[in-house]
Amino acid sequence: MGAAVGSVMRVIPLEAAESAHHMVEAEKAHTGAYAPKFFNAGDYKTLQSLCEAIIPADSDSGGAVEAGAPEFIDLLTSENDEYQKSLGGGVKWLDGTCHTRYGKGYLECAAGQQKEILDLIAFRKNADADESLTAPVEFFMLLRNMTADGFFTSRIGIKYLGYKGNTFLTHFEGCPPVEGV
Amino acid sequence: MRLVWRHRNSSDEIKDPRRTAASPTLLRGGIVVSIVERVSPEIKKDMLQVGPVKKVYDVCIVGSGAGGGTAAKVLTEGGLNVVLLEAGPRLDPDRDFKEHMWPYQLPHRGVGVGGRQRGIGDEFMAPNGFWQIPGEPYTVANGSAFQWFRSRIEGGRTNHWGRIALRFGPADFRAHSTDGMGDDWPISYEELAPYYDKVESYIGVFGSKENVPNSPDGIFMPPPKARCTETLVKKACDQLHITCIPSRLAILTKPLNGRDACHYCAQCGRGCRSASNFSSSQVMIPPAAATGRLTMIANAMAREIVLGKDGKAEAVSYVDKTTKTEQRVYAKAVVVAASACESARLLLNSKSPQFPNGIANESGVVGRYLTDSVGSDLVGHFPQLEKMPAHNHDGVGGMHLYMPWWRFGQKNEFLRGYHIEFGGGRNMPGVGEFDYVCETQEGYGAELKQKCRSVYGAFIGFSGRGEMIPNENTFCELDPEVKDKWGIPVLRFHWKWGENELKMANDMQQTFRQVIEAAGGTVLVGARRHSKPSGDVQEQSNSISTGGAIIHELGTVRMGNDPKSSALNANCQAHEVKNLFVADAAPFVSNADKNPTLTIMALAWRTSEYLLEQAKKMEI
Repeated sequence: MGAAVGSVMRVIPLEAAESAHHMVEAEKAHTGAYAPKFFNAGDYKTLQSLCEAIIPADSDSGGAVEAGAPEFIDLLTSENDEYQKSLGGGVKWLDGTCHTRYGKGYLECAAGQQKEILDLIAFRKNADADESLTAPVEFFMLLRNMTADGFFTSRIGIKYLGYKGNTFLTHFEGCPPVEGV
Repeated sequence: MRLVWRHRNSSDEIKDPRRTAASPTLLRGGIVVSIVERVSPEIKKDMLQVGPVKKVYDVCIVGSGAGGGTAAKVLTEGGLNVVLLEAGPRLDPDRDFKEHMWPYQLPHRGVGVGGRQRGIGDEFMAPNGFWQIPGEPYTVANGSAFQWFRSRIEGGRTNHWGRIALRFGPADFRAHSTDGMGDDWPISYEELAPYYDKVESYIGVFGSKENVPNSPDGIFMPPPKARCTETLVKKACDQLHITCIPSRLAILTKPLNGRDACHYCAQCGRGCRSASNFSSSQVMIPPAAATGRLTMIANAMAREIVLGKDGKAEAVSYVDKTTKTEQRVYAKAVVVAASACESARLLLNSKSPQFPNGIANESGVVGRYLTDSVGSDLVGHFPQLEKMPAHNHDGVGGMHLYMPWWRFGQKNEFLRGYHIEFGGGRNMPGVGEFDYVCETQEGYGAELKQKCRSVYGAFIGFSGRGEMIPNENTFCELDPEVKDKWGIPVLRFHWKWGENELKMANDMQQTFRQVIEAAGGTVLVGARRHSKPSGDVQEQSNSISTGGAIIHELGTVRMGNDPKSSALNANCQAHEVKNLFVADAAPFVSNADKNPTLTIMALAWRTSEYLLEQAKKMEI
C-alpha cells in the first residue's frame, strides 16, 4: 500500500462498487417471486401483511415488504427451531383466532378487524390481563423485532434513518452545531 | 531398497511419522541422504530409516499475537532464525476482511445462520475470534463463572481488539508497596518506558499530552475531533470534575511506515485492509517475514515443550491440524506467547521427571494469580442527540475521548482504580438496533417506525475497566479428565471476584448514573444489551462482568525476583529453564486499570532484546 492517502481512496471504492454490483445482480436474479423456505404460501402472504403493518410504507420511504423483511424473517426461521415454534405457531394462532371471531382468516378480514387483533397482541399489558395471550404477545414481540431488523438493515431503511457513514474520509469533521450539545 | 533424497531448505519440516531416534546420516553438500531399507511387506517390520538431520532454529515462538508478533519482529531483525507456530490459519486481509459491506449485502444481515449470532457478534467481524471453539472446550469449576475468548488466526486477538493503547503508570508497578495488596513487579515503569517509546513510535498511537497522574503520556499522533456523543459527555464530565481527554488508540491519523492513515469508517472490528489500525498480522509479522529469517507454521496447535537432557527446552511438539499428525520443531530457545491462559496451559502440559508439575513450574504459580479487568456497563438515552442533523458520525472504530482514572491518590472506598470507555450515537444500523424501542414503545405502524428514526443515535453506553487484585480463589489448572480434540488436556477455571472488585463495580455504576444525568440523559432500565465487537454478552442486571468477559486475562506465568513465588525473572526468562521465555500477558504481576496490549508489546520487545543479548553472548 502506498503512503499516499489517495491510493486508498482509489482502491477500496472500486472493490466496494464491484461488490455492490454483484449484489444488485443477485437481487435482480431474485425478483421473480420469492419461494419461502419455511412458511407455506398462504402463511407467507400473512407474514408479508404483518411486516407491512409493523413498518408501513409512508411518504418518507417504502415499508418492510419493499425492504425485504419477510424474506429475511423466512430465511432465519427456516434455520431456527425456536423461531419456527414462535412465528409459525403465531401465524396459525392468528388465522385461527380470526376464523373464530370473524369467520375468516386474517388476510380476508377487514382493516378494522385486523387492527383489533393486532392491538391485542402488540402490548404486553394484554397478556398480563389474559394469560392465554402470553404466547401470541411473545410471537408479536419477536416478529416486531425481526421486522425492525429487516427494515432498518435494508438499503431503504438505512436511508430512512439518515445514516451518512460507511465511507472514506481524509479527516473526521467532528460534531456539527447541535442545540443542547 | 529405496534411496530417499531429501533436500534441506529453510521451510523443511520433518513430517515422517515413522521417525526414529537420530541415526547416522550421510551429508553431502547440503543434501541429506536418507536410506530406507524396506523389508518384505509380508513380514511388516518397521522400516529402518536413517533419521533426517533436524533443523534447529534459533528461537521457536508459540503464538503470533501482540507478544509473539513483537518477538518475531525484534528477533528476526536482530539476526536470529525464528520458527513461529500459530494455532490458526494465515490471514489474507483482502479475502478475510469485510469492511464497507452493508448489512443488506448478506442474506442474514449479519446475524448468521438461524440468527444465532444475534447479540454475540456478527458475520462482518474479523474472522476466527471465538467464545466457543468446537472441539476445544474448557471447563469451569462448580460455583465459578468464566468466559474464555480465543482467536485462532495469524495475529491472534490483535485482529479483534479495541486498539486501546494505554501505558501502565509508575504506581502500577509497585502497587503492593503502596497499599499492601498483590505484589510489586520486579521491574519499574522507568525500565519499561523506553520500550513503550519504541512500540508507540513503530505502531502509531494517537492521543494528547495531558499529564494525568499515573496515566503516562506517550508518543502520539494527533487525535481525531470529538463526535457529538463525546462532546456532550465531556461537558458533563467537566461539570463533575471527571477527567475526560482524547483517547489513546493504536490507529493512525497520519501515514506511517507504509501504512495509510485511517479513513474513519469506524469498522476496526471488521479488520482493516489499509492496515491503518494495528494488528500483529499486518504490522509485526510482515517486517519479520521481510528479513527472510521467519518460518511461520500455521494451523499448528502446540502440545508441549520438550525438555532436553541438559535441562533446557529443546523442542516444541505440536499437532499439525491439517494433517492431524504430531510434529516437532527444534530450537535453541523457546518464547511462549500463546495468550496468558494458553501459555500457562502449555507449560502445565509440558511434564517431565524434572518438572512433574509442568516445565518451569517448581514454584507452582503457573495458572495462578489469574485476573481480568473489572467490567460494568450502563446505557443512557440523551434527547438532545435526537436533534443532531444528518452527518457522518463514524470516526475511528473506538471512542475519541475517554476518562482515565481521575481519583488517583485520593482516598476512595476501594483500592486501585478504573477508566471509562463510552460509545454510541449514529453507528451503522445493525440487527438489534431497535430492540429497546420495540420493547418500550410496543405497538406497530407509522408511530413505531418514526420513533425508531427519532431515537436513532441518541444512546450512549458507558463501560468501566478496573483493576482486579489477584486472589487465591481465581486461577486456572489442567482439567484432570477433559481433553480437546487434539488430545491435549484442557484448562479448568476457578473464578471469584473479591470485595474490592464488587465495590469498584458499584462505584462505576454510580459514576455512570451521575454522568448520564449531568448530560441531561436518562438511564435505561431493562434495556437489552447490544453486542460489542468483542462479542461480550452481559446481563444488564449484573453490575459486574463475568470473569474473562473483558478479555484481559493475565498473570498466569508471573514474573518476580523470588523463584518460590514466580515462574519468570525480571527478563521474563523462566527461573528454572534459562532458554524459556514468556512474551504475552502471562508474566504480568498486576492487572492495572489500563488495557494490557501496549504493555504486552513493550514487555515482549524488552524480553526479545534481552534474548538477543544472551544469544550474542552464547548464554542460551
